[in-house]
Amino acid sequence: MSVVSRRGFLAGLSVAIGGLGNPGRSVRSQQQPQAGQGDVGSLRDPAAAGPPKTPATERDNEPFIQAVEHRIRCTCGCNLDVYTCRTTDFTCSTSPRMHREVLALEDQGKNADQIVAAFVAQYGEQVLMAPKPEGFNLAGYLVPGTLLLMGGALLTVLLRRRMRVVAAERVTVPASSMPDATPEEVARLNRELADLERE
Amino acid sequence: MTLLGQFCLWIALLVGTWGAVVGFSGRWQGRPALAEAVIRSVYAVFGLMVVATICLWQGLISHDFNIEYVAGYTSRNLPTYFIVSALWAGQKGSLLFWAVVLSLFSSLAQWLTSARYRALMPYVAATTLTVVTFFVTVMVFAANPFERLAFTPADGRGLNPQLQNIGMVIHPPMLYLGYISIAIPFAFAIAALLSNRLDTGWIHAIRKWTLMSWLFLSIGITLGMWWAYVELGWGGYWAWDPVENASLLPWLTMSAFLHSVMIQEKRGMLKRWNMMLIVGSFLLSIFGTFITRSGVIASVHSFTQSNVGYFFLAFLVAAAVLSFTLLYTRWDRLEAEVNLESMVSREAAFLFNNLLFVGVAFSVLWGTLFPILSEAVRGTKITVGPPFFNKVNVPMGLLLLALTGIGPLIAWRKASTANLQRQFTWPVVTGAVVLGLTLASGMRHLYSIMALALGGFVAGTLVQEFARGTRARHRMYNESYPRALAHLVARNRRRYGGYLVHAGILIYFVAFTGMAFKRDMEATLKPGDSITMTSPFGHQYQFTHVGVSQYESLNRVVTAASVEVKKDGKTLGIMSSEKRQHVDSFGRPTFEPSTEVAIRSNLQEDLYIVFAGAVQGTEQAVYRFTINPLVLWVWLGGMVLVAGGLITMWPGGPTARGTPRRAQAGYEVQLKTAATP
Repeated sequence: MSVVSRRGFLAGLSVAIGGLGNPGRSVRSQQQPQAGQGDVGSLRDPAAAGPPKTPATERDNEPFIQAVEHRIRCTCGCNLDVYTCRTTDFTCSTSPRMHREVLALEDQGKNADQIVAAFVAQYGEQVLMAPKPEGFNLAGYLVPGTLLLMGGALLTVLLRRRMRVVAAERVTVPASSMPDATPEEVARLNRELADLERE
Repeated sequence: MTLLGQFCLWIALLVGTWGAVVGFSGRWQGRPALAEAVIRSVYAVFGLMVVATICLWQGLISHDFNIEYVAGYTSRNLPTYFIVSALWAGQKGSLLFWAVVLSLFSSLAQWLTSARYRALMPYVAATTLTVVTFFVTVMVFAANPFERLAFTPADGRGLNPQLQNIGMVIHPPMLYLGYISIAIPFAFAIAALLSNRLDTGWIHAIRKWTLMSWLFLSIGITLGMWWAYVELGWGGYWAWDPVENASLLPWLTMSAFLHSVMIQEKRGMLKRWNMMLIVGSFLLSIFGTFITRSGVIASVHSFTQSNVGYFFLAFLVAAAVLSFTLLYTRWDRLEAEVNLESMVSREAAFLFNNLLFVGVAFSVLWGTLFPILSEAVRGTKITVGPPFFNKVNVPMGLLLLALTGIGPLIAWRKASTANLQRQFTWPVVTGAVVLGLTLASGMRHLYSIMALALGGFVAGTLVQEFARGTRARHRMYNESYPRALAHLVARNRRRYGGYLVHAGILIYFVAFTGMAFKRDMEATLKPGDSITMTSPFGHQYQFTHVGVSQYESLNRVVTAASVEVKKDGKTLGIMSSEKRQHVDSFGRPTFEPSTEVAIRSNLQEDLYIVFAGAVQGTEQAVYRFTINPLVLWVWLGGMVLVAGGLITMWPGGPTARGTPRRAQAGYEVQLKTAATP
């Protein structure tokens, strides 16, 4: 004779009541095979697989949509563009919403620049992955290259000036100031210089 | 143990402060006894830091969840190696890690440095003690790793799933070792300035340290890219994130220094510039720490925001002002011993290479800080992401790649036309052939074409250098070619190790071009469904969804989605991408489910499969399939670069013994210069 504990009885009763109160779920669990059984099985613990996904469509893969979404920053704080975020951070709800907004704008017949402009109007300039090259932003794009060019020019001028000094010093060195060197010392010097050239 | 740890921090604070003050003043007043005492205090602080670290590790391993840090970053079911690595997983622990490693390096610098540089050592000790004491101060007053909670949780929060990866066990320490070891060359530079010993002595003393620091930064950055690639799941390895940029900055300035220091060693030039590069590299390493820990710039890498940022900002400003003021007062003593003789010389090539390194560093810094500047000037927040950095930095990077090939071809002092013709012919022909092949292949991506053509030129340079050296030894010593090559490298480690580093850089650049041809698509598949993708190399891949399985592992519930992969009709095998729901020892979820990518690499391309999730809790799976060309070459390039760096800094050998002789040769060059009419 099996003995049922009070806790076991109450647990069984709650399952039975739950089943009565949620017939759809019990029917579904009877009809849906478990993972690995049948065409499309159900997962034992769906929550462990992250938020439920909606099936990807052909439009999600359109190069046009991808290109536009690479220009727009997801506003969830991840620093990624919308396309990368929605295909990487699967807990983010912001990038899928922004993706739907992109699709809706495309449906309205807007081109890439118009879609991006609509996002800028809605979220501000911060929504762009790179600032527009205009106004103060031009400084962002041009300052490094300009400074590098100026540095190169300055370096060239300084080096040429120094080289002229060296050349002038060579001319003005009097013969009497030339160091006395024995043939052995000259040979050693040449060896050292040859070593230096090889390095 | 936490009491002991706290006690050690306080004592280290007192000893470090005393040592720093006495170190500077004792040497200044010419009191050798005080100078000796400060060196002993370096060892004392190291001992105290080791004990404090052991105390925190003991707390981590024994699951003392009453310690806030232990409860915040570990759980009972976390594997032991991740518990050990939790020391550097959070803000407070990583500060302790930083302090203990810096005190270790400070002790090693005192212990290993030759007696020739004894006059510098008290100042070196005082400078390193100042930096260690700063980190201890931050811990004691703002980020105490031994802080206790008012209650003891039954289990800890666990380690962030993205940090539960072997890459995160190795990558942060490597990067820290790179950042931290810059403090030693910086300390020698300050010591040289304070003691007015501004000859090449301090340069020789820090050679190994600068190489080591650069090497650790290189390893740390490459491992960081690898971690981002395998763990973050976005399909790339470099996102120009502010923290990534911060790690690149000192690497660039250290790379510049490793080139320009050769000019100082050989010709007695660029003394001021080298001093500025070392000071700048140290300041950039502190700046990187400030960026990571202050929260001033949004980054996925940032630690929790706290007030330690103010400490780092104050230290950064103070260190910059004091260092550059000191440099200014010694400016006249750092006059170059000789002048440049020709614009067509290796010295000139190195100068332009330095200009480019520093230019790229400035450009990265500029882009990283531009959002703050824009907000301050215009009041408008902007985002500076990868498109900006690629547009500004790629052309500079290509110029740098070109100089990688040009530099070794030009002779020191002055190159003749005949010499240039002899040196450049084959590399230019190689570059032109590669250019022709890429154009003939139909490639139309401008930067990729340029990178590949310049890559061909650099490869031509390197092969020519190795081939000529090997042939010369073969003729001179009648050695077989493999033996001649081995001896060539062994007897000229610095030169040929450096060329291997160039080869690593070349491989990096070629690998980076692959990202321009990345292909990806999303697909929703039921078991048995297939999709096909064509790779940039023309291979046809078929992915067939096998199914989804769920199982429990050590500290997580795993949902694994598997696909069978066929390449050009031939089965490659099964690839599984996972969702991992981490749980604590009571089975309670600790973080949001994370994604584990499935990767299959070969020399041409990577298959990169991400399980995005299940449709309504069924086996119908949403995937992202990505084909990334040439990614394996990034890691191979990193290995070649590290191998080259190791060869360069390997102890002993004729190169190391010849260093003083070459310095002597530099002075004899002056003699020749003066004697030439």
